[in-house]
Amino acid sequence: MEKKAKQLRIALRNCGVIDPQKIEEYIANDGYNALVKCLTEYSPRDVIEQIKKSGLRGRGGGGFPTGLKWEITANSKSDEKYVVCNADEGDPGAFMDRSVLEGDPHSVIEAMAIAGYAIGASNGLVYIRAEYPLAIERLKIAIEQARAYGFLGKNILGSGFNFDITLRYGAGAFVCGEETALIHSMEGLRGEPTFKPPFPSVSGYKGKPTNVNNVETFANIPVIINKGAEWYASIGTERSKGTKVFALAGKINNVGLIEVPMGITLREVIFEIGGGIKGGKKFKAVQTGGPSGGCLTEKHLDTPIEYDTLIEAGSMMGSGGMIVMDEDDCMVSVAKFYLDFTVEESCGKCSPCRIGNKRLYEMLDKITKGEGTKEDLELLRNLSTVIKDTSLCGLGQTSPNPVLSTMDNFYEEYLEHVTEHKCRAGQCKSMVHYFINPDNCVGCTACARNCPVNAIKGERKQIHEINQDICIKCGACLEKCKFNAVFVK
Amino acid sequence: MEQIKIKIDGKEVAVDKGLTILEAAKKANINIPTLCYMKLDDFNIENKPGGCRICVVDVKGRKNLAPACATECGDGMEVQTSNVRVLNARKTVMELILSDHPFDCLVCAKNGKCDLQKMAQDLGIREIHYKGEQSIYRKDTSPSIIRDVDKCIMCRRCETMCNTVQTVGALSAVNRGFMAVVAPAFEQDLVKSTCTYCGQCVAVCPTGALTEVDDTNKVIRALANPEKVVVVQTAPAVRAALGEEFGLEPGTLVTGKLVAALRRLGFNYVFDTDFAADLTIMEEGSELLDRLTRYLGGDKSVRLPILTSCCPAWVNFFEEYYPDLLDVPSTAKSPQQMFGAIAKSYLAQKLNIDREKMVVVSIMPCLAKKYECQRDEFKVNGNPDVDYAISTRELAALIKQANINFTELPDEEFDLPLGESTGAGVIFGTTGGVIEAACRTAYELHTGKKLDKIDFTQLRGLENLRIAEVDFNGLTLKIGIAHGLGNARKLLDQVRDGSIQLHAIEVMACPGGCIGGGGQPYHHGNIEIIQKRAKAIYQEDVNKPIRKSHENPAIIELYEKFLGKPLSEKSHHLLHTHYFSKENEIIINEE
Repeated sequence: MEKKAKQLRIALRNCGVIDPQKIEEYIANDGYNALVKCLTEYSPRDVIEQIKKSGLRGRGGGGFPTGLKWEITANSKSDEKYVVCNADEGDPGAFMDRSVLEGDPHSVIEAMAIAGYAIGASNGLVYIRAEYPLAIERLKIAIEQARAYGFLGKNILGSGFNFDITLRYGAGAFVCGEETALIHSMEGLRGEPTFKPPFPSVSGYKGKPTNVNNVETFANIPVIINKGAEWYASIGTERSKGTKVFALAGKINNVGLIEVPMGITLREVIFEIGGGIKGGKKFKAVQTGGPSGGCLTEKHLDTPIEYDTLIEAGSMMGSGGMIVMDEDDCMVSVAKFYLDFTVEESCGKCSPCRIGNKRLYEMLDKITKGEGTKEDLELLRNLSTVIKDTSLCGLGQTSPNPVLSTMDNFYEEYLEHVTEHKCRAGQCKSMVHYFINPDNCVGCTACARNCPVNAIKGERKQIHEINQDICIKCGACLEKCKFNAVFVK
Repeated sequence: MEQIKIKIDGKEVAVDKGLTILEAAKKANINIPTLCYMKLDDFNIENKPGGCRICVVDVKGRKNLAPACATECGDGMEVQTSNVRVLNARKTVMELILSDHPFDCLVCAKNGKCDLQKMAQDLGIREIHYKGEQSIYRKDTSPSIIRDVDKCIMCRRCETMCNTVQTVGALSAVNRGFMAVVAPAFEQDLVKSTCTYCGQCVAVCPTGALTEVDDTNKVIRALANPEKVVVVQTAPAVRAALGEEFGLEPGTLVTGKLVAALRRLGFNYVFDTDFAADLTIMEEGSELLDRLTRYLGGDKSVRLPILTSCCPAWVNFFEEYYPDLLDVPSTAKSPQQMFGAIAKSYLAQKLNIDREKMVVVSIMPCLAKKYECQRDEFKVNGNPDVDYAISTRELAALIKQANINFTELPDEEFDLPLGESTGAGVIFGTTGGVIEAACRTAYELHTGKKLDKIDFTQLRGLENLRIAEVDFNGLTLKIGIAHGLGNARKLLDQVRDGSIQLHAIEVMACPGGCIGGGGQPYHHGNIEIIQKRAKAIYQEDVNKPIRKSHENPAIIELYEKFLGKPLSEKSHHLLHTHYFSKENEIIINEE
């Protein structure tokens, strides 16, 4: 029961509650009330004021104040403006936006129309990953229904306000979540970022002022309008208002999506909502902010989850990925895993990200293979700092975070890898060796029978031995031994 | 213009609002190093992807470093261009770039002329701390251009030239991350792309990723063959730029030394493409007059405007993009090909040798000329009219290899008869020159009067697109001039949809005309060099005793003794060509 009390569903309010393919169910749950309210009671300026007062910040990761973004776009003079919904969710293991789009597509449509009204745009575009077919299908149905009900189209509710939404599909590039890259991709150009300024709010899609918000950000908008900015601002902390959806994953008992008020501590999320570490193992670290975030440790467990505190702690909010690690996780390997992702997803436009991340990965790979030196650690840190300092867009500016944060918090593990050639978690295969403890071995032959390379010698009821030259460190012997005789060193 | 104040390295500078940190620093005499950035002001060409990150600077109050090329100055901004943080970042980024670059500098075509090499030296790189895998790609050779993209540093200059300036669209970034590289679509070979071989990508490439096909060895072999009579022609733009390769000031005319050097290299006859340019004017000018007269006489089948056809990249461009307008360009061959055709007929006859015994080499500021001379239309029984076309740069390499002290050479004269030329032939080398030369002749032929003033200054200049009027004794000719294929496209689109009425259009594919050609000494982004070459060309024109093509005595003799008259049957056979649609030529590699 306590689990529920800790959670507060605003963005996910309708997910799993209503049938997402029936607009009537959305309407029955206050749906499109906010749009009606805006069109009948509020001027565009009033709407922007409400959003500003609510304190809502971008849920895509950057945390830029949403109301301010709307205001800047509203103030940009142009014959045409655009509202863009960024649904290019690409963090490994994160599916917050997908859940909203699949479970409550109308909330996004309603919010986009409100944004269009506020900034003076009549065109909305949803940039969505082609890998989200169900979300696309439901969004399409919802758009049709909204048009039929007159919530989209010309002269909405007799207000004279026109707004409609079209879909654009992303081809699965992580960097297209960066707003300038996203816009280029929508324009049919190569999905790579350009330097800012100019910001999209001044010159975006087709050179027109464009307001780009993330799915989850939009999902909050109707509730803010309906319940009022003050109500929303009363949730959360001084600088981070409202709730945040996280995708809990990793070595944790309860995995899945959660929505919690800002300011909740990592401890509450991991040990109360998440139900603690799997198999009673020891908590080691939690990676927040996806591949661009950092690893936080035991000492950060009581840190309240806010945009700014997470950055101070060396990580970030990101879009809401939260991966929990236990004592069996090697932190060098964790950093390598994330770098593997960023190397794959870099667009290749700027040299530090294109080549630097590759070199970071190679150095980490060298260290996990036991070939690293102490000098490598210095180079690793310098390179990480330079990539952050010189990269063109948010991807490169944050990609070394997993390296820096693991180096900051687990430096002794890095040292062990390069000086003692030891991986305490036993994950770096080239540094571990499997042995049989003669005191425990009963000669059952289970290990020898399961060894795929015949590296284990020994007669029945005799003590067995592993030939290190043949052993491929697959771990099959360790798994099969019932007498706790196989150990790793 | 609103002025703002900014502090760079402790020095306060007042600059116009809107200037970048890089531009402001320049005003304060601080040279921030740049690699991908390139700006050719007067041509309106700018490459500013903010990609290399070499020009990063430290801006007070900003959390990361800022690219100076792309960051606008703000009032009160404080910038440090060389503190420890900046220097470390700059060197590290440079080391990264070098870590993914082949280390074969000593045998690279760009050795000594490479911007990357220079930058490594300027930044004092002595060791690469970050080593690892290098990105390897397939090498691609076309008739004109070699792509060795292992050496590509993703500066995107070629892409800007190919897409934005030339609107050819043959090159763009493909793949992502570490494997990102500039290539034709689907990583096809250049020959299967829309490439026109204009060579502007080569002209701006900072490394050896894009270079010309080196034909110097073929020339050396021909020169060493006692069985062959080797004839050389040199294009007008070469004499205005070759000196740069030997340390002379840009814009130094080296015509006499060029002739002397070619003779010392062992060419049997040293001729001038200017002669063929005069011949082109006779044919193209007559064609213009013929079309005009018929048009004015009410012949509706005549297509106007007439388009010049001297530029092979331009020919490739309209064959690719304007196959519906193939009857609009002049059918006159380019001067290079007219020269080859006359050399292997008229001259061979004069020397009493078979055309197969003769080797025609041309020295060109151009890479598309390499492709042009290989076209089937310009061969007789498989024997090409022009055997090899080498660039200004390749000629410089030949001269150096032959131990010739170029700057100390005496001035020598071209051989006759194909070395006789006029000022009209010389100005072919710069934008507006062909049409001015044509006007000089067409005016006198049309009106029967002598020109009071030979210079048609309204046709000159370096603006991208110019429309000028020329008075032909009461008949006003409207003339369009474009240099750069993107500008040509703008004109052609208007011709196609009928929104502009012109009598003649001159197009040169390269910015500035042939003086800015893809085979010229590298300008390294300095547009002044191109401007100085243009000046030199007009100077050579003024220096010439004869400045109108139809007054060239060698041309008069050629018509009297061999061709008959312009547009005669023989002229048509030897000096005119036809065009082909390339629209559906794009083929996908089968792999």
